[in-house]
Amino acid sequence: MKIAVLSGKGGTGKTLVSVNLAAVADKGGYFDCDVEEPNGHLFLKPSLIGEEEVTSLKPVVDMDRCDGCKVCVTACVYKALAYIPGELMIFDEICHACGLCTYLCPQQALKETKRVIGTIRRGGRGSLSVHTGKMRIGESTGVPIIKKLLKKLDDDLSIIDSPPGSGCLVLETIEHADYCLLVAEPTMFGAQNLALVHELTRVMNKPAGVLLNKVEDGLNPSELYAKEHDLKILASLPYDSYAALESSNAELLVERSEKYRTFFLELLKEVVDEATLAAQR
Amino acid sequence: MKQLLLLSGKGGTGKTTVATCLIQLSQAKAYADCDVDAPNLHLVLGTFENHSTKPYYDLPKAVIDPDLCTECGLCHQVCRFDAITRNPYQVIPHLCEGCTYCAHVCPSEAITLEETVAGTIELHTRSDETFSTATLKMGSGTTGLLVTEVKKQIKDKAKFAILDGSPGIGCPVIASLTGVDLALMVAEPSLSGISDLQRVIQSARQLHVPACVIVNKSDVNEELTGRIRRYCNEEAIPFLGTIPYDKEAIAAINSGQSLIERGGPASEAIRAIHHKVMKELEAL
Repeated sequence: MKIAVLSGKGGTGKTLVSVNLAAVADKGGYFDCDVEEPNGHLFLKPSLIGEEEVTSLKPVVDMDRCDGCKVCVTACVYKALAYIPGELMIFDEICHACGLCTYLCPQQALKETKRVIGTIRRGGRGSLSVHTGKMRIGESTGVPIIKKLLKKLDDDLSIIDSPPGSGCLVLETIEHADYCLLVAEPTMFGAQNLALVHELTRVMNKPAGVLLNKVEDGLNPSELYAKEHDLKILASLPYDSYAALESSNAELLVERSEKYRTFFLELLKEVVDEATLAAQR
Repeated sequence: MKQLLLLSGKGGTGKTTVATCLIQLSQAKAYADCDVDAPNLHLVLGTFENHSTKPYYDLPKAVIDPDLCTECGLCHQVCRFDAITRNPYQVIPHLCEGCTYCAHVCPSEAITLEETVAGTIELHTRSDETFSTATLKMGSGTTGLLVTEVKKQIKDKAKFAILDGSPGIGCPVIASLTGVDLALMVAEPSLSGISDLQRVIQSARQLHVPACVIVNKSDVNEELTGRIRRYCNEEAIPFLGTIPYDKEAIAAINSGQSLIERGGPASEAIRAIHHKVMKELEAL
């Protein structure tokens, strides 16, 4: 069972929900796909088992061979190459590593070498494995890191902590999920972005349910959205200054409070049941 | 034109709420929502008189003509993005990054590149104010290019512009940082928030954009607020103030009202921060 936790809007509680679900499950794997700003490991404090670099390819030029024909410059749709007399400039951070320039070069002046774009740390916490991807600062895309990170998905139980937004990184994380748990805030902003990710799960044909987080008295636009759009509300968590303080210190609520332990055990069961039902349909 | 960009690294720290207040307090005539992945600024700016929209085209994506395809498999072999399936040979549009490698190797010229609409760029105006925003179509990538388009629309429309950024440090953030004068980092007093703040500050440094910091919901964890203040002092980053947790902020968003008009402790704190931010900008 592979469960992706998403929200569209940032800061709604994806990581809080993901790490507490993973901690009560005490099996399977937790995968932090927010490779730009990974935080799950701060809560789960895993013992480090292994670290590997994630590399991408980049073209390098042999100026003794380059005759300045500019075939590569013209062909690159990302504009990652520029030629000034005597020098071919290659902009690594813009390069998508597609390999076209190297293939096309009539002088075979380009070849590809590896370049580090991030790291993956794999660790453990009891019977739970903890996988964290981290992008090097200045890189434009973490997609290859997520791809590599998710190669170790555990079919039994995987909690996939997604990045915010609804762009390419999020698509990559949902791709592998059996079920999407959406975490929403009780604001118009929360509802607006909930609608975006809900739409995304529909486009990708993934079953989904919502957890309403930081609920306060009064209007909850996210709740209204869910009710109007046939999106199942799995649970509601009221705003709690105790939980806010504990979580700001990267403490696991399920370890600090029996109430939260019960809540997350029930949520885990509910999510797994929902995902199982959806798989049968 | 001087441009102020709001960033945070971590999501949900209050970028949009602070941006809205600063737009109002500074009477900015040009502003933009660079969070094209999850835009929200349009929800709290009231109504505009004139609207114009134009389609945003992604890089053209590969399309395989089944009548011409001989199923040789070369396109599948060369594609680095796993965007081409076999049996039948087809392109998965959301995985295709438009590099054109497949079209170059196809011996039967079965692959063409077709422009796809990936979103909408919007421009809203009222009297002398210009607001630029965009929406990305589901399943599209290349958000960085769209951010650049959003910024172009307000270029030189006024002497001063406010840009609301996106969380993270990837391509949309890099695109939003490029060419701005000052980045205002809205931090949160949590260990997660501090880690994210440090990474986004390093991103700004790489692009030579000066940064300053404020802490929102500072009273949720005073100890960590103190830690952020000390970090800023050590790194010589101007620390411009704190905003307390205030339920009025949520009420303001949900009623479409301005937090400044509603008043309260958060509103007061943002007023003080506004003066300091403008001073920082003037000093540049």
